[in-house]
Amino acid sequence: MSNIDLSINFAGIKAPNPFWLASAPPTNSGYQVMKAFEAGWGGAVWKTLGVPVQNVSSRYGAINYRDTRMAGLNNIELITDRPLADNLREIEEVKKYFPNHAVIASLMVESKKEWFQIVKDVENAGADGIELNFGCPHGMCERGMGSAVGQEPEVLNTIVQWVMQAASIPVITKLTPNISDITDPALAAVRGGSSALSLINTIKSIVGIDLDTYAPYPIVDGKGTNGGYCGPAVKPIALHMLKELAGHPEIRNTPISGIGGIETWRDVVEFILLGATSVQVCTAVMHYGFGIVREMEAGLRQFMSDKGYSSIYDFAGKAVPNVVEWKHLNLHYKVVASINADKCIGCQLCHIACDDGAHQAIALPSNGSRVPEIIDENCVGCNLCSLVCPVEDCITMERRDDGSKTETWAERTVLGKIPEHFNDPRGGGVGHFVPEPSAALNYKRKDRSGRK
Amino acid sequence: MAEYKRPETPQDFIRNFAPKKPLMNSSEAYYESARCLYCYDAPCMDACPTHIDIPLFIKQINTGNIKGAAATIYDSNWLGNACGKVCPTEQLCEGSCVYTHQDMKPLQIGRLQNFATEAAMQAGSPLFSPGKDNGRKVAIVGAGPAGIACACELRVLGYSVEIFEAKALPTGLTVYGTAPYKITNEEALRENEYLQNQLGYTIHYNHPIQNAAQFAELEQRFDAVFLGLGLGATARLGIPGEDLPGVVGAVEFVEELRMKQSAYSIPDTVVVIGGGNTAVDAASESARMGASSVHLVYRRTKAEMGAYDFEYATALGAGVKGVFEASPLHIEGEGRATGVTFARPDGTEFHLPAQLVIKGTGQAKQGELLKHLPNISTDSKGRIVVDEAFQTTRPGYFAAGDAVNGGAEVVNAAYEGKCAAQGIHQWIQTNKA
Repeated sequence: MSNIDLSINFAGIKAPNPFWLASAPPTNSGYQVMKAFEAGWGGAVWKTLGVPVQNVSSRYGAINYRDTRMAGLNNIELITDRPLADNLREIEEVKKYFPNHAVIASLMVESKKEWFQIVKDVENAGADGIELNFGCPHGMCERGMGSAVGQEPEVLNTIVQWVMQAASIPVITKLTPNISDITDPALAAVRGGSSALSLINTIKSIVGIDLDTYAPYPIVDGKGTNGGYCGPAVKPIALHMLKELAGHPEIRNTPISGIGGIETWRDVVEFILLGATSVQVCTAVMHYGFGIVREMEAGLRQFMSDKGYSSIYDFAGKAVPNVVEWKHLNLHYKVVASINADKCIGCQLCHIACDDGAHQAIALPSNGSRVPEIIDENCVGCNLCSLVCPVEDCITMERRDDGSKTETWAERTVLGKIPEHFNDPRGGGVGHFVPEPSAALNYKRKDRSGRK
Repeated sequence: MAEYKRPETPQDFIRNFAPKKPLMNSSEAYYESARCLYCYDAPCMDACPTHIDIPLFIKQINTGNIKGAAATIYDSNWLGNACGKVCPTEQLCEGSCVYTHQDMKPLQIGRLQNFATEAAMQAGSPLFSPGKDNGRKVAIVGAGPAGIACACELRVLGYSVEIFEAKALPTGLTVYGTAPYKITNEEALRENEYLQNQLGYTIHYNHPIQNAAQFAELEQRFDAVFLGLGLGATARLGIPGEDLPGVVGAVEFVEELRMKQSAYSIPDTVVVIGGGNTAVDAASESARMGASSVHLVYRRTKAEMGAYDFEYATALGAGVKGVFEASPLHIEGEGRATGVTFARPDGTEFHLPAQLVIKGTGQAKQGELLKHLPNISTDSKGRIVVDEAFQTTRPGYFAAGDAVNGGAEVVNAAYEGKCAAQGIHQWIQTNKA
């Protein structure tokens, strides 16, 4: 692994590695940022600077899934509540100790004058870059900032232009996912001259309701407000939006910093494969501390060593061409589930998932064992059984077509081979076995109550 | 060799008999319950003699519906708390958990069951209420697990129920015959109290039904009679010296120990004869009481022992020594037992010193008692014969539990007692309408 170089040059911002802290509570102070750099982080986006706010007590709420704490986190904390002067002094101090690490100042102000002033202030403090916070979906947006800007491409474009006039250091525009088409604000930023993009900011959310007080979490004296949702649960949304930008002809040459639920090396690699060339992390640090970066770095290095990469640029964006529109998928591709009877533990979740939730293609065993049986002719290859199976590598999806034929919906459309009316025999499900509705009535749970 | 000091105070006793399945705290229950796969047609449900919907109650624990979890448990098993503690879960629900097929630890179903039922009992919140009074009355003989389960089920169906118990305490072998590290007296009694408070059945203590006149009176006053008689005293070995002081049956030994606790004084040398679970329990308990030498002697091979492997392992862990293929010839002693002579299959003899000889050789059936009830058939092993509805060959008399199955677990009695209540209900509806 000795020839692996994790350093990056992100739109002119240099860092020893792509692991950055997102602008959030972990970057609230110079103490935290220096502690993070000591722990191995390559960069930090400072907690958003502006006119200091007043925060409430009770700021975070979480989704726990089964025994997993904080599968999703929601916060109603606003930007920094510390005086700008204190933050600037600490930025300066951090840069003295860590001249080669990336310190990026996240900014959120209102007027053109304020933007000009604060850009100059953070440049003078020694920041390596600026990130424009156009994403916060709680609190600040009510005052016309944060996601209120990110949701108005024209306003966003104007502010980016102001900042580009004032700034001599690289500028990253951070986007909100609370919008129907992420490419709209991204294009506005790129056209405004933004050096780079970052996404996603948090998702507008209510994480839950307290069943005694009927108030949403986090509860502030009996009331609550929508928060910004983040953590592992939001990763799929972030990956999709990242791909939307990385695959867009007018955006893809702009560097993108990936944010959203990143916790492990796998997450990091996935974001890079979809085009991110730095990643930003918040929730994982709020959960496990700065030390979580050790696992990310070790895993990333291992992956790169296994694949023979020496720099993240060797594989950045490699998955982008494989994300296509549905209509370009091969309709002749065919997989069928296969159960490894030696590994099966007999939970029969695959049976009930398929019978109730999918395509009635897994029968209960007839031989007295508890190993269910795949009904090949019913299996549409949906993957569900392999997803619910609790045993590693017990249910596998096996390819059945010989790979010689490729035909997509787009091609069939051109050839006039697509179903056109309601009972068109060219529909895929025509002829597929479906049990008679009344067969469901024979499907009762065993009565074991001993009661008549 | 003694690994346990003789308990001198109640605290010492509690320490020596530290619970085998201690109560979970809510964090442990939360994380443990999260492991449940929610199997379809779960094998643990089939393995449970009362068929508790185990995946459901575990999911309910995980989602914070603890009271609902307790209701699910009690809906199937009226002795849900006791069973969570005393059941051989290693052989039943936990032994069938699909995780075991992956060489992974099974769900701790017994402890989760305790957690939920304990929480319900602590809260004292009723889970069930008696059915609308249907004017019919049922007498139950014996307040053991079968009798209590039968009583609860009948109360829900609207019957008034009176239980006649020969002893001073309810729950039968749960309180009198179980190893103290499985369940304490207080725990056993509390569950009955909890059920009685909700469902309102009467228990007449120290009220043995032991003659024909008493049965006749029951028949007159009640619409049906349920026999939850359990088993009798320890069977005789039929060897010289058996009647010496210092020779005691395993069931009687456990009962005395449980009632006296730290006040029970065990001699230094103990020999337990037998290879069943009760014998192994008695040996285990002797060691925990601080006896310096405890031998468990079984006439057949180790593989042929009736006791569960895990029970024997527990006894070994407490310091018991197993001796196999040795039959007792006679018990020695002048006015009091001092030892036992055994014979090997090859005819050689050996002697073990024993100031206490515990006979773990099985309990006799209630044959004497049944003589007062003509027309109640028993099989060749002395077990009461019942039909599918748990009705005996004497109409209006139903029976379940050890007297019918020959001696099984609390959980078996709990299920049979409940089913018998349903049988009584059907019978009364048909015959006394």
